[in-house]
Amino acid sequence: MSDTATARSEGDERTITGKAIRLEGVTKRYPGQQRPAVDGVTLEIPAGQVVMLVGPSGCGKTTTLKMINRLIEPTEGRIVLGEEDVTDIDGDDLRRRIGYVIQAGGLFPHMTVAQNIAIVPKMLGWDDARVKERTTELLDLVSLDPDTYRDRYPKELSGGQQQRVGVARALAADPPVLLMDEPFGAVDPITRQRLQDELIRIQHELRKTIVIVTHDFDEAVKLGDWIVVFREGAHIAQYDTPERILAEPADEFVESFIGSGAGLKQLGLQRVRDVDLAEAVTARPGDSAADALARAEAAGHGHVVVVDERDRPLSWPSRRALQRMTSIPEAADPKTPVVGSGATLNDALDEMLVSSAGAALVTGHRGAFVGVITVEVVMAAISAVRAAASDAMAGAPVGTNASDPAARGSDG
Amino acid sequence: MSYETDGVGNNMGEFVTGRVGEIAFASVQHLSLVAQSLVIATVLGVGIAALVYRNATFSAVANGVTAIGLTIPAFALIGLMVAPLGFGVTPAVVVVVFYAVLPILRNAVVGLAGVDQAVVESARGIGMSRFRTFWRVELPIAWPVILSGVRISGQMVMGIAAVAAFVLGPGLGGLIFQGLSRMGGAGSIESIVTAVVGVIVLALVLDLALLAIGRLTTPKGIRV
Ligand SMILES: Nc1ncnc2c1ncn2[C@@H]1O[C@H](COP(=O)(O)OP(=O)(O)OP(=O)(O)O)[C@@H](O)[C@H]1O
Ligand SMILES: [Mg+2]
Repeated sequence: MSDTATARSEGDERTITGKAIRLEGVTKRYPGQQRPAVDGVTLEIPAGQVVMLVGPSGCGKTTTLKMINRLIEPTEGRIVLGEEDVTDIDGDDLRRRIGYVIQAGGLFPHMTVAQNIAIVPKMLGWDDARVKERTTELLDLVSLDPDTYRDRYPKELSGGQQQRVGVARALAADPPVLLMDEPFGAVDPITRQRLQDELIRIQHELRKTIVIVTHDFDEAVKLGDWIVVFREGAHIAQYDTPERILAEPADEFVESFIGSGAGLKQLGLQRVRDVDLAEAVTARPGDSAADALARAEAAGHGHVVVVDERDRPLSWPSRRALQRMTSIPEAADPKTPVVGSGATLNDALDEMLVSSAGAALVTGHRGAFVGVITVEVVMAAISAVRAAASDAMAGAPVGTNASDPAARGSDG
Repeated sequence: MSYETDGVGNNMGEFVTGRVGEIAFASVQHLSLVAQSLVIATVLGVGIAALVYRNATFSAVANGVTAIGLTIPAFALIGLMVAPLGFGVTPAVVVVVFYAVLPILRNAVVGLAGVDQAVVESARGIGMSRFRTFWRVELPIAWPVILSGVRISGQMVMGIAAVAAFVLGPGLGGLIFQGLSRMGGAGSIESIVTAVVGVIVLALVLDLALLAIGRLTTPKGIRV
């Protein structure tokens, strides 16, 4: 792993376990088609980063992705993984070293969760004890209780759980690279948001090189360190950070692809933990309602946050509601707007829209209440992000097509 | 009417008790011929299906051959086998295998083609070779469909195997030929009826056995 480097300038000391990927002038021509599906793409995917491939349907995202692990053989060009040219090595061998996740997980229905995860390690000749240990570790990593889920069959799992197992299977042999083709396309929006958060957390821990195809621009903004916007034939319209693509789309094509509400999309860039949270008056079940009310009035707050013995929010009654109570109720109110501190401002805004308070409760470690995020804070964040994005970013990775006259270099 | 039934009944009883050893031997031989032919046919049917199921044209050809093959009279086919293969077990096995392959081949093509492409793609995507993908993923998933083809085959060739007697092969067919050759003579009807009942009983036994094999060999995750 000669290319293993320490993390980038973000002040993160975790070691990158991913390897860089380089596509050099890669072209794919399907038989009987005049125009190539992928036309001379040169693309640098930095080690340990998440690169999102977006673009209109049929533009060649999937073809590009599948040429990285040579599920589709390129017609022309080289593929380099780390320092190694993998264009001509055995394809199966290559694919055992690259994780691959597709929509809905693509699990083997006739194998248990554990057997699904064990496939690649077994092919690589790991012994049983090591495989078993790894399976447990991976189920933990994707937040599935090993004892509950190990022996289940895929049909006994929800869509989101299947997707988690698919990710665990892809990570089984600890590959430096993970390829995902619309991984969260088949699950409902709430599950999708959870799985995205989960992936962010996993990536935070593992620092793989991850390439994700998506048609959801918001997802690209949320997950990507870099976004490649393709047009027809996998022509790169722009390859840049989410911030820069939102703030300075390269041309009308990119602009129209981002769609309206670029300002709102920038909310997907910032985490709740990055903004200032408001304080709140808290109370516990069984406390005197009059006392809590008095404290809220003294602090000038309209609501009181009820937390349980481990400080997890239960409900968020208004002063008016408190006036009708004698003691604080124990029941958890399922309509309480709660977001994790790792959630994006976008997710927080979603949560607020359903809350009458125009704000949401923020939870941190182990679900403990840490503060309140308000709609004003979110609005201020939009303006701040817009200003910051204009600062030029040096050292952007290369992404060009051979046939484009004005090929973009690493520094514009 | 009742007299005749009684008569036949009495004669049947006599016929069976008188030749119980011969009948038992023929039954075992019959079942063994069918069972071994089914094993060969399953290997062949799945093997051919593995070669054709990926290609629409080849699959269509296979289905056409299956449909036409089933219309060939078994008697004609076994007659044609005498010249190259002579008499005895070999031509009998060839003919029984020929018919047994057809339903298995058709079901195997349907079963293999019906495997979710996403599952196959993810198998290839995590580095399983073509062969391993077939053996470890596609075949197990298609297995219930293939096995129902094997059961159809078993039922069908249990009857067809009787023509083996025409080439002096093994099985219950011998009793039928004896009956036919002495039609109207003493015990001719009894001989035929015994063979027919024997074939039906064997078919039931075989089907139960295949059902049990199915339970044992179908992975739990895809059992319905
Ligand atoms: N196996 C194939 N044979 C022939 N043409 C193909 C094949 N696969 C893809 N194509 C063509 O190549 C082009 C790019 O396809 P690709 O699947 O890469 O698009 P995509 O960007 O992933 O689209 P989508 O968002 O709809 O998944 C399309 O025009 C498609 O019709
Ligand atoms: Mg696609």
